[in-house]
Amino acid sequence: MSLILHVFTPENLKFLLKGFGLTLLLSISIIIVSIIIGAILAFLRNYGAKTVKKIAGAYIEIFRNTPLLLWVLAVCFMLPFGNVVFRGGLALTLYTSSVLAEIIRGGLNSIDFGQFEAAASQGFTFIQTLRYIVLPQTFTRIIPSLLSQVITTIKDTAFLQVVAIPEFTRSGFVVMGRYTKTSEVFLIFTFIAIGYFLICFALSSFVRNYQKKINYSI
Amino acid sequence: MRNSGPFALWRWERLFGEWQAFGEGFLRTVEVAILALALALILGIIFGLFATSQFKILKAISRIYVEFFQNTPLVIQVFFMYNGLAIAGLRLSVFLIGILGVGIYHGAYVSEVIRAGIGSIPFGQTEAAKAQGFSYTQTMRYVILPQTIKIVLPPLTNQAVNLIKNTSVLAMISGFDLMYMADSWASYSLDYGPSYIVAGALYFILCFPLATWARNYEEKLKSNELYRNQIETVEEALIEQ
Repeated sequence: MSLILHVFTPENLKFLLKGFGLTLLLSISIIIVSIIIGAILAFLRNYGAKTVKKIAGAYIEIFRNTPLLLWVLAVCFMLPFGNVVFRGGLALTLYTSSVLAEIIRGGLNSIDFGQFEAAASQGFTFIQTLRYIVLPQTFTRIIPSLLSQVITTIKDTAFLQVVAIPEFTRSGFVVMGRYTKTSEVFLIFTFIAIGYFLICFALSSFVRNYQKKINYSI
Repeated sequence: MRNSGPFALWRWERLFGEWQAFGEGFLRTVEVAILALALALILGIIFGLFATSQFKILKAISRIYVEFFQNTPLVIQVFFMYNGLAIAGLRLSVFLIGILGVGIYHGAYVSEVIRAGIGSIPFGQTEAAKAQGFSYTQTMRYVILPQTIKIVLPPLTNQAVNLIKNTSVLAMISGFDLMYMADSWASYSLDYGPSYIVAGALYFILCFPLATWARNYEEKLKSNELYRNQIETVEEALIEQ
């Protein structure tokens, strides 16, 4: 007990929770922007003109096949504007949107082509077909993989500690630097691990139940 | 007055004069990736089989392993091995930390793939094998696993790609891998542009062929109705757990 009080002083606790807050804020903004960019990329790669398809494809393949850390370092050191939190968030967004693009594309491709033909025969324009027929089905189908990627993104924000963004991992390491005993350091590691675990486990439990529910309804 | 742009020609020339450093880093990354992948496969098969066994205790052990490592960041796990264990008196080399850290983390994902793959084979086959007097090992060896391998190859290959990318975590603990070498050269010479582009290209060379092969192979399997159903079962099971 005295160990806990010694490590989690009000000051340290406040600092750690601030880091936790930044991790959540970063994760949420990255995911929202990445879903939008990912959806645009998926549409372009699937239905765009030939060159557009190629450009979207190149973007997706380049970001999916290189490490996130590379983009974090490159954007943080080379981008001439924005503060470090913005740069780090941007790097993660560029990377995550390429992964989400492929998830969304997978959903789009799973819709039977007959549905496009049926919609066209009913006088739907292409945009209307997407809006009223394809997208609603795509979205329900990809929610589980989408949420799995959300979990990955939350974990990925820990990479941002490398450029000293004071998110949860970084703030944990900063607090750790003030202690030297094994028990104290282990306690802080446990605290950070539990912090991430709680959000990620809650999300993965939600995904599980959701998947079971849609399996029943089919 | 020479061109001072971030991608100026002389910066490239200077970098290629240092190609050996990049080569060493690349080799280190490949070594760590191969050994970590081997560890991940071993752990994944063991815990995947645990997850599909009839023993509750084995199932529980597998569940805890998977949930813990899938729901906490790799960065924390690696730093725990690097800083935490060192403070406790256990100093591991960064090379070993790379293999253990990345291998154990991805082992959890491989375990899920194996579990889902075995689960995609209808249970009637296990019963039929039992009825014919097959032992558990025989059933796995001759009936279940041969069918599972094809189905799990694409998701396993995707895991291999993620594993290669994640070995870059070593750069954070001075692991002398490709990312570390590129980053050191970048901060030493200030040639950020060429350094990161060369590193990116080298990672791409490793990952892109694997990712493309996995996608094409899966497409090929999906053109067969039997496999398509199994792949869908695996995809659902990977999420459902």
